[in-house]
Amino acid sequence: MKVDHSQPLEYSTEQNRLNILGFWVFLGAEIMLFGTLFTSYFTLVDRTGDGPTGAEIFEIFPVLMETFLLLTSSFVIGLGIHAMRLGKKKAMLTFFVITLLLGLGFLGFEIDEFMVYYHEGATLQTSAFTSMLFTTLGTHGAHVTLGFFWGLFIIIQVAKRGITPATANKSFIFSLYWHFLDVVWIFIFTFIYLEGMTRV
Amino acid sequence: MGYFAKFAVPHPSPAIYASMIAIVVTVFLIIFGLTYFKKWIYLWSEWITTVDHKKIGTMYLIAALLMLFRGGVDALMMRAQTAVPDNKLLDSQHYNEVFSAHGVIMIIFMAMPYIMAFMNIVVPLQIGARDVAFPRLNAVSFWLFFMGAMLFNISFVIGGSPDAGWTSYFPLADNEFSPSVGTNYYMIAIQIAGIGTLMTGINFITTILRMRAPGMTLMRMPMFTWSAFVTSIIIIFAFPVLTIALLMGTMDRLFETKFFAMTDGGMDMLWANLFWVWGHPEVYILILPAFGIFSEIIPTFSRRNIYGYKSMVISMVVISLYSFFVWTHHFFTMGQTAYVNSIFSITTMVIAVPTGIKIFNWLLTMWKGRIRFTVPMLYSIAFIPLFTIGGVTGVMLAMSAADYQYHNTMFLVAHFHNVIIPGVAFAVLAGSTYYWPKIFGFMLNERIGKWAFWFLTIGFSLAFFPMYITGLDGQARRMYTYSEASGYGLLNFVSFIGAAFMAISFVLIVYTIYYSIRHSPRHVGGDPWDARSLEWATHNPVPEYNFAIIPQVDSREPFWDAKYKRYELFKGDYKKIHMPNNSGVPFIMSALFFVFGFALVFSMWILAVISLIGIFICMAHRSFEIDHGHYISVEEIKETEVKMGGNHK
Repeated sequence: MKVDHSQPLEYSTEQNRLNILGFWVFLGAEIMLFGTLFTSYFTLVDRTGDGPTGAEIFEIFPVLMETFLLLTSSFVIGLGIHAMRLGKKKAMLTFFVITLLLGLGFLGFEIDEFMVYYHEGATLQTSAFTSMLFTTLGTHGAHVTLGFFWGLFIIIQVAKRGITPATANKSFIFSLYWHFLDVVWIFIFTFIYLEGMTRV
Repeated sequence: MGYFAKFAVPHPSPAIYASMIAIVVTVFLIIFGLTYFKKWIYLWSEWITTVDHKKIGTMYLIAALLMLFRGGVDALMMRAQTAVPDNKLLDSQHYNEVFSAHGVIMIIFMAMPYIMAFMNIVVPLQIGARDVAFPRLNAVSFWLFFMGAMLFNISFVIGGSPDAGWTSYFPLADNEFSPSVGTNYYMIAIQIAGIGTLMTGINFITTILRMRAPGMTLMRMPMFTWSAFVTSIIIIFAFPVLTIALLMGTMDRLFETKFFAMTDGGMDMLWANLFWVWGHPEVYILILPAFGIFSEIIPTFSRRNIYGYKSMVISMVVISLYSFFVWTHHFFTMGQTAYVNSIFSITTMVIAVPTGIKIFNWLLTMWKGRIRFTVPMLYSIAFIPLFTIGGVTGVMLAMSAADYQYHNTMFLVAHFHNVIIPGVAFAVLAGSTYYWPKIFGFMLNERIGKWAFWFLTIGFSLAFFPMYITGLDGQARRMYTYSEASGYGLLNFVSFIGAAFMAISFVLIVYTIYYSIRHSPRHVGGDPWDARSLEWATHNPVPEYNFAIIPQVDSREPFWDAKYKRYELFKGDYKKIHMPNNSGVPFIMSALFFVFGFALVFSMWILAVISLIGIFICMAHRSFEIDHGHYISVEEIKETEVKMGGNHK
């Protein structure tokens, strides 16, 4: 394994560079995935049948909390990668742990939000709109859940093996993933919640 | 026994019972054979755990040939049923199941893996690389495809075949009108295979962008590599749409969501749109690599370089862009305004322009060339006029006003078989013959191969040209029978004869393989066809590391220059070579996907959860695993090179 010391650790071997490029391509596919979900959402948003509309069920407080938690976590993982580049393992791990805790908080609010909708009579089966709403949010939530475990594995590896070209590469790619989930959330916040609440 | 009742086939017939017995016997024979000849360890260590792109490609090839057999049998059953009026061979339910299975298997489980086979075998060799960017992921891709295919194929003996067409339009595909688990199989099996395809796309984009030999700029890449690259990009943009469509379809069937339902705001046309937003680019995912294969074969057997390289590349990129702007032409009659239809008519017709450019480039490549009529070249030459006829009828169909006459008739069936068979099927058969020595180290028999070619070409023409006429006369597709008074009888019988010719051609192809295994001389050298690109610069069959020394490139046809212009391809000395390690995890994980899919088909939630946890454990294992690969020493390389005949050094 040839290590190029003029590059940041996560880019330092050829396989590392391949991994990062490959992951960007994967994120391209993910953009199409969520793009399809959004397109379908816009198609079905007014097709509520006998069920509630978005304006009737959305509440601003949990959504704002989710937004706050996820955006903060994205900032914190940026700090984590910065610490990694400085070679500060302890600081990096701390930031990664905070990131995942914020992610957990996000998931907690989202699950609670789903329960509230359910009790208000908006279930997966109520209408095309609610089916689509839960699927879009759920796909994002499933990504965050998967990301939580992935991040956990990376934290364990960095703790055990230190900051090496391999672990730095994994951590960096994970941070790309986490930022991407944040970007998707901004679209969800804007075009599902804000647009839904202001819809007349 | 109540528990097992759900696994019973809802519409059994003697043919299905016979298939069940045949499957049990085959599985038994395979297990017995592997045990008797003590091949289990060989199978596991050389094939199932392999991450070698050539072996993965070979497995794709074998799987595709098997699926070609299955899809071909379906086709024969359909042609036999419609050969004479009021035939009673199949009832309407079975006919529905057969044409649904035929479509899905031929497109997703035959044509796709066949194309993947060539991408895997050829691309790393053409760009002078030692493997793909992510060899392990490549194994995952293959095994996911394989398990998806297996899951789809067991549907007709366990629980019932899908019967809503290969397009599976809602509301027909909903629980109300398709109550058997067949459509569950459709949704989930294609999903599993589709995930594998998406990963292949990621793998090949990265490979082609980053792993080309020194000196090989993008505009020096061989045409097939270009086509694989463009196809991979289409995969990245198109397959996620299918993922979501299938997810929604699965949820509608398993959880009673309302995406495509008739009530509660559901919208059945959303499925049709999503399906074709994937489905039309999918057509180009298949045809562009097919064009790539022809673009390799035609220059080789004309002894000329490809005419209009740049226009070939540009037309391919343009086709890939257009492919995303035409999907509505699949349902002109399903309620859009005339304005929308007109736009999609124009975008569709425009695609004929870049495709026409390619046709002229192939013709001009042959112009004044010294043509050798080998089997691959025969397929390529027959492809040009036949595909052009298919293209012209495509432009006829593209006119939305006229399409009201053609829609859902045999005319359409004739059209798309007329582009897919001379386009994709001829390309993969030509490619198999052309690359056979590359893969296996011996040539396929040319004489039998030519017989197979003529049977296929004549059979194809007999089978599909009559359908244009019956289609214009109003024969609807997917109808299991027709009356004598309709007058379709004679032409349908001609189609049946054509189908029989095609079946004979398949038998001949299998016989060629058998005959050549027995009788073809080994040691054909590295370059049996006098070819032009880098994949022929190494031995046949290819050693594990592909190239002992990575070639250096300074033109579009470096191997040709090395042969005839004294260009030195391999500079420097042997160095130890880094190779990835084998792993059984991709197979195990994909097998768990199979169990997961099967559990979902029958709504067995506990099994689904257990297998899903198993899948996550495999992923976690990959995350924690430390795998630095291994090195092949200089001594080993020297030994192999001498044994292979020592082309260089």
